[in-house]
Amino acid sequence: MEKNTGAYRKQSVRSDKIFKLAATIAGSFVLVIIALMVFQLFSESYPIWESDGLSFIIGTDWNAVEGRESFGALPYIAGTLVTAALAMAIGVPLSIGIAMFISDAPAKIGGPLGFLVELLAAVPSIIYGLWGLLVFRLYFQDWVERPLHDLFGDSIFLFSGTPFGLDIITASVILAIMIIPTVSSVSREIMKAVPQQQREAAYMLGATKWEMFKLAVFPYSKTGLIGASILGLGRAVGETMAVTMLIGNATGISAFPSSFFKPSQTMSSIIANEFVEASPASLHLPALIGIALILLLIAMVINVVAHILVTRMMKVKEGAINN
Amino acid sequence: MSTTNEKRQEYRALFKNNVKKRLLVDKLVHIVIFAFVIIAIIPLGSILVEVFKNGITAISYEFLTATPGSIGSGDGGIGPAIQGTLIIIGLASLIGVPIGVMSGIFLSEYGDNRLARNIRFFNDVFMEFPSIVLGIFAFLVIVLILGHFSVWAGAFALSLIMFPIVARTTEESLKMVPMTYREAGTALGLKKWVITFRIVISAAKSGMITGILLSVSRIGGETAPLIMTILGSSQFFSSMDVPMDALPLRIWRLSLLPYESSQLQGWGAALVLIFIIIGINLAIRYHFGNGNAMISRLIKQRMPTKR
Repeated sequence: MEKNTGAYRKQSVRSDKIFKLAATIAGSFVLVIIALMVFQLFSESYPIWESDGLSFIIGTDWNAVEGRESFGALPYIAGTLVTAALAMAIGVPLSIGIAMFISDAPAKIGGPLGFLVELLAAVPSIIYGLWGLLVFRLYFQDWVERPLHDLFGDSIFLFSGTPFGLDIITASVILAIMIIPTVSSVSREIMKAVPQQQREAAYMLGATKWEMFKLAVFPYSKTGLIGASILGLGRAVGETMAVTMLIGNATGISAFPSSFFKPSQTMSSIIANEFVEASPASLHLPALIGIALILLLIAMVINVVAHILVTRMMKVKEGAINN
Repeated sequence: MSTTNEKRQEYRALFKNNVKKRLLVDKLVHIVIFAFVIIAIIPLGSILVEVFKNGITAISYEFLTATPGSIGSGDGGIGPAIQGTLIIIGLASLIGVPIGVMSGIFLSEYGDNRLARNIRFFNDVFMEFPSIVLGIFAFLVIVLILGHFSVWAGAFALSLIMFPIVARTTEESLKMVPMTYREAGTALGLKKWVITFRIVISAAKSGMITGILLSVSRIGGETAPLIMTILGSSQFFSSMDVPMDALPLRIWRLSLLPYESSQLQGWGAALVLIFIIIGINLAIRYHFGNGNAMISRLIKQRMPTKR
C-alpha cells in the first residue's frame, strides 16, 4: 500500500512537472519570438547597414534600378511620423469626447454605443482602404481639400500641392478613424476606474457635468489617458493597408512630407508596395528589411511607454479601491 | 440693514451671472461631445452601407464559387479567395490556439513570479506589433529558407497575431474560476494538469472561446503579412508550396484596378469578408456577453494576481 502511494506520488509529480514545463515553454514563446525577430531583421538587413551605415537613416534618395542603387529611409520615417501625428491630432480629442459621453451616459445608451464604436475596430484595415479609396476620398477631395486649397493654397505652404485625394491628409484622416475605437475604449475603461466618490464630491460642490470632468475625472485619469493615446499612436504607426491605398506612394525625396496635399509614403506602405518585387541579391531587400527593423523599434518603444503609463494608472485604481 | 440687502442683491446678481456662464459652457461642451459621437458613427454607417449597397449587386452563385476571370472583364469570382481565407484561418488556429492556450495556462496557474510578469508585459506589447513586420519575419524564417512562397508561412505569420490574444483572454477567463474549484480538485487527489484541463478549463470555456473567436475575426481581415508569404493567386488551392489567394489580398488587387467592374467585384469580396467578421463579433456579443469590451480591457489592464 505504501509502495503504491509512493509510486503514485512520483508519477504525479513527474506528469505535473512535464505540464509545468510545457506551459512555461509556451509562455516563453513570446519572448523567444521577439528576440528572434529583432535578431533576424538585423542580420538580414546587415548589408545595408554595412554599406550605408547611418546615412541609410538620414538619406533621402531611393533608387532600386540596378547599378544606380541608393537607399535612404528618411522620407518614409518622416511620412510615418507625420501621418501618425496628424491622426492623433484629429483622433484623440474625438476619442476622449466619445469616452466621456459613454462613461457618463446611462447604460441603455452607453452600452450599445460603445459596442458600435468597438465594431469600428473589428472592420479590417483593407475595408477601410477600399472605402477610403472609392468613397471617402471623393467626398473629402470635393468638400475639404479643394476649398482649403483654393483659400490658402498660394499663401501657406501646408496647403500647396494638388488636392487629388491621394495624399498625406486623406491617409491621416483614415488613420484617425481607425484609432478612435482603440483610444476611446481604453479611455472609457480608465474613466470608469475613477472612484464614484470623486464624482459625487465634485457634484456636491455644485459642479456642472463639464466641471465635474475637469475637477474629478481628468486630473485623476491623466496618465491613463496619455497612455491610451500613445496606444493609438502605436496602432497608427504600424497600420499598413489603408495607408498604402491612400497615401499616393511617392518615393525618394518627393515622398518627404512638406504639404497636406502631397503624395507621400510611410515605412509600412513602402514595404507593402515593394517587398515582393525586391530582389534578395541586391541591396533593395536588405533596405526594406532595414526599414522594417526601424519600424519595429519605433513601435516597440511607443507600446512599451503606453503600457507602462496605463498600468501605472490601473495600479492607482487598485490602491484607491483597496483603501 | 440696507447695506446687507444691497449686498445680498449684489451677490445674487453675481451668482446668477456665474451660474449662467457655467451652464452655458456646460451646454456647449455637451453639444460638442454629442457632435463627436455623431462624427465617429458616420464612418461606420457609411462603410456598412457602401459595402452592402455595392457588394450585393456583385454577389451571385458564380461570383462566390468561380475562379477570377481575365483582368477587367468583370467575369469570374472569388472562389479561391474564400477557400484560401478559410484554409489560412484554420491553419493559423492550428498553430496559434494551442500555444496561446498553454501560454494562458502558464500565466494564470504559474503566473506569480517575475518571468510571468515579464511575459505578460511583452505579450501585451507584442499584441500591438505592426503586422507587416510579422509578415517579414515569416518571410525570412520560412519563405527565404524554403525558397518559395508557402501557405505555412502565411499561417505562421497569422498565428503570431493570434496567440497573444488567445493567451491573454485565456488567462483572464481562467482567473475568474474560483480558487475553491482548484482546491476541491486537489482534495480529491487529482494531479494539477488534470485539475487544469478537466475542471478549470471546462469552467472557463466560454471566455476562452470568446478569445479564440475574437482572434479569428482579427486575423481574417489581415492583409499585410499575407503579401510576402502567400502572395495571392487566381487558382484554387493545390499544394502548400505554391501561392494561395485570400479575401483581403483579392480585395486589394481588385480595388487597385482602374475598371469599374473590378471595383464592383472588390465591393462584393468586401461584403463577404465583412459578413464573416461582423458575424463573428455579433455572435460573440449575443452568446458570450461583451467580448469586445473584454479585449479592450485586456489591452491595457494587467490585473495583479490575488491569491
